[in-house]
Amino acid sequence: MAAVNRRLQRAHHPGPTAATRAIILVVVAIFFALPLVSMVEFTLRGGLEGGYTIDRWVTVFTGQLGPEFNQLWIAIGNSLVLAVVTVVIMLVLLVPTMILIKLSFPRLRPVMEFICLLPITIPAIVLVVGLAPIYRVVSSIFGSGVWTLAFAYGILVLPYAYRAIQANLDSIDVKTLSEAARSLGAGWGTVLFRVIVPNLRRGLLAASFISVAVVLGEFTIASLLNRINLQTALLVVNKADPYIAVIFALLALVFAFLLLVIIGRLGSARRKDNS
Amino acid sequence: MLFLGLPTVLALSTGLFDGDGAFTTTNIEALVDPVIVRTFWNSIWLSALTAVIGAVVGAAACYALLDAKPDGPLRTVVDSISGVLAQFGGVMLAFAFVTLIGTQGLLRVILQNNFGIDIFASGVWLYEVPGLVLPYIYFQVPLMIIVFLPALEALKPQWAEASATLGGTRATYWWRIGMPVLAPSFIGSLLLLFANSFSSYATAAALTSQGQGIVPLQIRAALTSETVLGRENLAGALALGMIVVMVVVMVIYSIFERRASRWQR
Amino acid sequence: MTNTIPVAPVIDIEPVSGARVELAGVVKYFGPHRALNSINLAIEPGEFIALLGPSGCGKTTALRALSGLEGIDDGEILIDGEDVASIPTNRRDMGMVFQSYSLFPHMTVLENVQFGLRMRRVPAAERKGRAVEALDMVGLAQFGSRYAHQLSGGQQQRVALARALVTRPRVLLLDEPLSALDAKVRVQLRDEIHRIQTELGITTVFVTHDQEEALAVADRVAVMRDGVIEQVGTPEELYSTPVSPFVADFVGLSNRVAGIAAAGKATVQGVELTILGAPVRDGEVTVYIRPEDIAFASEGIPATVVASSFLGSLRRTQVRLADDTLLSIQHEVDMRHEPGESVHLRLKGAPVSAVPR
Repeated sequence: MAAVNRRLQRAHHPGPTAATRAIILVVVAIFFALPLVSMVEFTLRGGLEGGYTIDRWVTVFTGQLGPEFNQLWIAIGNSLVLAVVTVVIMLVLLVPTMILIKLSFPRLRPVMEFICLLPITIPAIVLVVGLAPIYRVVSSIFGSGVWTLAFAYGILVLPYAYRAIQANLDSIDVKTLSEAARSLGAGWGTVLFRVIVPNLRRGLLAASFISVAVVLGEFTIASLLNRINLQTALLVVNKADPYIAVIFALLALVFAFLLLVIIGRLGSARRKDNS
Repeated sequence: MLFLGLPTVLALSTGLFDGDGAFTTTNIEALVDPVIVRTFWNSIWLSALTAVIGAVVGAAACYALLDAKPDGPLRTVVDSISGVLAQFGGVMLAFAFVTLIGTQGLLRVILQNNFGIDIFASGVWLYEVPGLVLPYIYFQVPLMIIVFLPALEALKPQWAEASATLGGTRATYWWRIGMPVLAPSFIGSLLLLFANSFSSYATAAALTSQGQGIVPLQIRAALTSETVLGRENLAGALALGMIVVMVVVMVIYSIFERRASRWQR
Repeated sequence: MTNTIPVAPVIDIEPVSGARVELAGVVKYFGPHRALNSINLAIEPGEFIALLGPSGCGKTTALRALSGLEGIDDGEILIDGEDVASIPTNRRDMGMVFQSYSLFPHMTVLENVQFGLRMRRVPAAERKGRAVEALDMVGLAQFGSRYAHQLSGGQQQRVALARALVTRPRVLLLDEPLSALDAKVRVQLRDEIHRIQTELGITTVFVTHDQEEALAVADRVAVMRDGVIEQVGTPEELYSTPVSPFVADFVGLSNRVAGIAAAGKATVQGVELTILGAPVRDGEVTVYIRPEDIAFASEGIPATVVASSFLGSLRRTQVRLADDTLLSIQHEVDMRHEPGESVHLRLKGAPVSAVPR
């Protein structure tokens, strides 16, 4: 009977057969694994003598990298600072605006959506053309520290952060919550911080993590505005010692992967809660 | 809110108002320089090619994932990996492909030593425009999966069941119902991939330290060269050109998206 | 939309003799859960039978097993004596109407209706003609070039019906086709389905959880619970002679009253009533009495009025007995009692269902 049942399924169950699925996924998986494998293989190469060694990895993890790599550490620090500042800017500016629009100006929502989706249409490379003169001004006011890039990064992460927060925002009834809180005597500050934001925890976390991932991977603006961040430093290090550069690239990749896995977990935990 | 909007607007306008504060068309005319035209053309065919390949392969992968449980291990792994790879910083991607098919790359060495095939027999193409195809596909396919999978999942099971009760086979379902319904989403995703590829900079910048095969690299050259007067404003004109292309693409994209969502009530 | 649909006789669609459908010992598991527990049901050609029951009772599973959308683990499905269990859905020649969303969104109404004919390689001209006829039959002849998203829910289901019938199948299956519609549309459409079915004479299986719907349109109703058919019969049979308390409770409204059972009779508030169905052991029982089997009287069981509802053509009044039991009484409109009023009740003596307490 089971075999008959399986055969019956075909006409109204147009998904792939197990065989098709396996073939497609395996082929795709191989294609995507190859560069990663080759990266790892590369870092293990033993140089001119041939053979493999994990010496380089050991060097990195036991902090024995020579002073010529100081730039790299500085760059990593820069990127992390940038990530933090960007997240702060994003949270402080984006969240209240979105809540405000949801509560008081619902008609502005399409405008907000358009603005937040604009960075996709305007690629970083184009943005940089306009940013160059702006940053001349910015530098004269705030100095030419790397962290000023965060202003630009705030725009860059806008689409992703917006989507993450909006999904969360749509799923809680902000209007009713705030009205209930107000009728119980709460001021707007309390409403915002004690009623709404705690319910947005997941969206905010997701937006923050995505922003961090984007900032860490950003190259275009940093490079063309002559600032140093993780990615530009990687390129420089690559000229000096490609092996170390690839090691760090792999590490950055793993880090980004972990971030996104956590976001995924947050997302599904939310789904389970709401079911 | 204003702070977020202002830089964008300024970026746009500075990109648009070329010249010494006055609106001049000389830089726009410079755009028809055959070299520049060629780079636009390169950008376009590169983007189109990688978009098509990415879309087809991505769609196949989505199809393969059709029956997987949404919360199951396969889906979560694929979702996470796609997310990471789609954001895979261009520099790191360049590294990856150099280690794979660079002159000392793993694959190249294996092919050369074990099979006698030298992929660089007619020149090292990795560091020129054709060499960008493979790395671009690497982030196009995950992006396609992210963007197109929801569309595939929006296919209502009732349609397949109704088709079956009316006498249709799997083949007729896909041919007459599945694919036509998915067509707007597919084209929309394809356009998104095109836009994504067209605006990519980092990978190309990392792979080609000099040379300006595609438009973003031209912009780099225009921004960093101090030689010719007014060169910097050429960057603005190039940026304008890019925006025009992007706007056209995104407008067509939104048309298709609207039609797709109308059907997916 | 007009309230009356032209009742013109169907033009040129000859009534198809419906098939005889039989489920014999059908068993279906979903993992460890037994959804269908040896179902036996024989449906006569041209009969309109409803599968009625609460969610999870297996009625939809049974329907899908008939159509082939679900396989079965044991038993036989016979259409005109032929076992179709191993024939895939697309060759079973049954029409099916789903609860919602089944119209193909990218095709016009006319193309939707023609789909089944196209699958059967009917030539284009004939296809179009028959599709128009089918649309005319459901009153939507003008809507051929519209798309699904431009139609209301009721209109969409009409199109789905036309689409299912245009190929003249031997059996028509309807999976809660009205559940997603507004109340008024629901009633209109169910009457229309009834009319069309009568004219065409197709054997029809109709799944619903709404007992009023089932009683209104079906020739016979099969009440299901937990994968088993509890009772099959005409609407009148199920209503007045339910064989189990579940059926008594599920079909129509029932009051639950305490009583004492002895030798096949239950004594409720001093009145002796015959017990329906299987014998019940003596002792304390819960008795199911229909609201219309209780009447107001000048003397009898004392009660206080709690509330009264006006239902258009009837009234339903709730009263409380001395022992705090709440009863619902159905009666004519002009008899009105206010909350707090003292009244007397009389049991009309109809046979009842009882279950030991």
